[in-house]
Amino acid sequence: MINSSLQPKINPMFRLQWEQVQECYVLLYPEGMVKLNGSAGEIMQLIDGNNKVVDIINTLNDKFPDAGDLTEDIYEFLSAAGEKKWLYYEQ
Amino acid sequence: MNNETQTNVGPPLWLLAELTYDCPLHCPYCSNPTDLGDTKDELNTQQWLDVFTQARAMGAVQLGFSGGEPLLRKDLEQMVKHSRELGFYTNLITSGIGLTEKRIAKLKVAGLDHIQISFQGADPEMNDIIAGRGNAFEQKFKMAQSVKEQGYPMVLNFVISKQNISQVEDIMRLSCLLKADYVELATAQYYGWAFANRDHLLPSQKQMVDAEKIVNEFRDKQNGKGPKFFFITPDYFEDRPKACMNGWGSTFLTIAPDGSALPCHSAKMLPLKFPNVKNKSISHIWQQDFAFNRFRGDSWMPEPCQSCDEKEKDFGGCRCQAFMMTGNMDATDPVCSKSPDHHLVQEAIELAKNPKEPIFERVNQRTFKGEDIVRIKL
Repeated sequence: MINSSLQPKINPMFRLQWEQVQECYVLLYPEGMVKLNGSAGEIMQLIDGNNKVVDIINTLNDKFPDAGDLTEDIYEFLSAAGEKKWLYYEQ
Repeated sequence: MNNETQTNVGPPLWLLAELTYDCPLHCPYCSNPTDLGDTKDELNTQQWLDVFTQARAMGAVQLGFSGGEPLLRKDLEQMVKHSRELGFYTNLITSGIGLTEKRIAKLKVAGLDHIQISFQGADPEMNDIIAGRGNAFEQKFKMAQSVKEQGYPMVLNFVISKQNISQVEDIMRLSCLLKADYVELATAQYYGWAFANRDHLLPSQKQMVDAEKIVNEFRDKQNGKGPKFFFITPDYFEDRPKACMNGWGSTFLTIAPDGSALPCHSAKMLPLKFPNVKNKSISHIWQQDFAFNRFRGDSWMPEPCQSCDEKEKDFGGCRCQAFMMTGNMDATDPVCSKSPDHHLVQEAIELAKNPKEPIFERVNQRTFKGEDIVRIKL
């Protein structure tokens, strides 16, 4: 289970990158690319191996005060991203 | 095709750089053209670097270094470094012949993201017969180990044909042993040398069904561990054609060794005049060139495609396949069961049961002395 003190890291199989021409973040991997939507990009760019889940939640709640509490959305995304193996957690 | 459609063309996200058609192997399934041209016409280092800079500015993001054998170019490291600095995800697509631990390390320093190694079989006997080179398996095996030890993501590619389809399970075990991340079990696509050798390569429907069953059973036992296997069946056994290259001129741009710009690596066979990066910019080629616009959209489509409600799914299939089988590059891909030429595919499946011609080994190019491109001898 994901909890707020875990530090997600991006799987070294993937590279996160802003693509100006596509105006979005993408995840690059061998011979492939995933285009991230706006909110996925906002979360993924905060995953630097140092930020804890709670830091990501606080940062985004501060950044988007009109969006309501984003906690549940962020947990949902992290869970889906974990299943896709974009992320991992050191135990 | 009107100008409005042309300006709506998205970026060439995938750039395939075929650095040379020169290759130390002789695989009969090779999809390179049977007319390999001369190495003296190859783009030089600066011309390739310019191609990468221009394509990246247009939004290209995946870059495959391919061939032939791209390791034959001594300037490969320089190209990797330049393109990685531009922000490309860099893929080396290699036979593994010509790799050394040292070169794998040098490529890593240059910024190479991923290495794909091709194998021809699950053991030295099968592998080296198909590859037409002794000790090829041993070399590939050692280099695959080194690629993983040095921390790269690794894809293994096995071209599956009648020759090696009985080894599918052993191939999957080998892939686990080598700790591959992704594995392509790709049945041969019948272009270039593979088209000439089709009767020797195209498996029977029963062989395909059996192989697919083995692949599925093996996957079930993986429990989410080990390599991710992709089993790619030949379209000859399908009712609908493949969405070739995700649509002509939509996503993929291939630059052939001589600088020809192509919508796919086989397109040069078509009766079209393709532009060359030696005298045209990439943006002009992608957005304006007649050959690149020729099969965009659906106004070019004949019946039964034109009125078909699936035309946006498969874009009428593969133009090269239509041309090779019917002589008409505008025809519906004969793989489609709605095509008036579909019987040609059925006939090909029948013919492959009893090959009449001998198998052709892919020959190599003539290389020239005194060229300004430095080659590595393998």
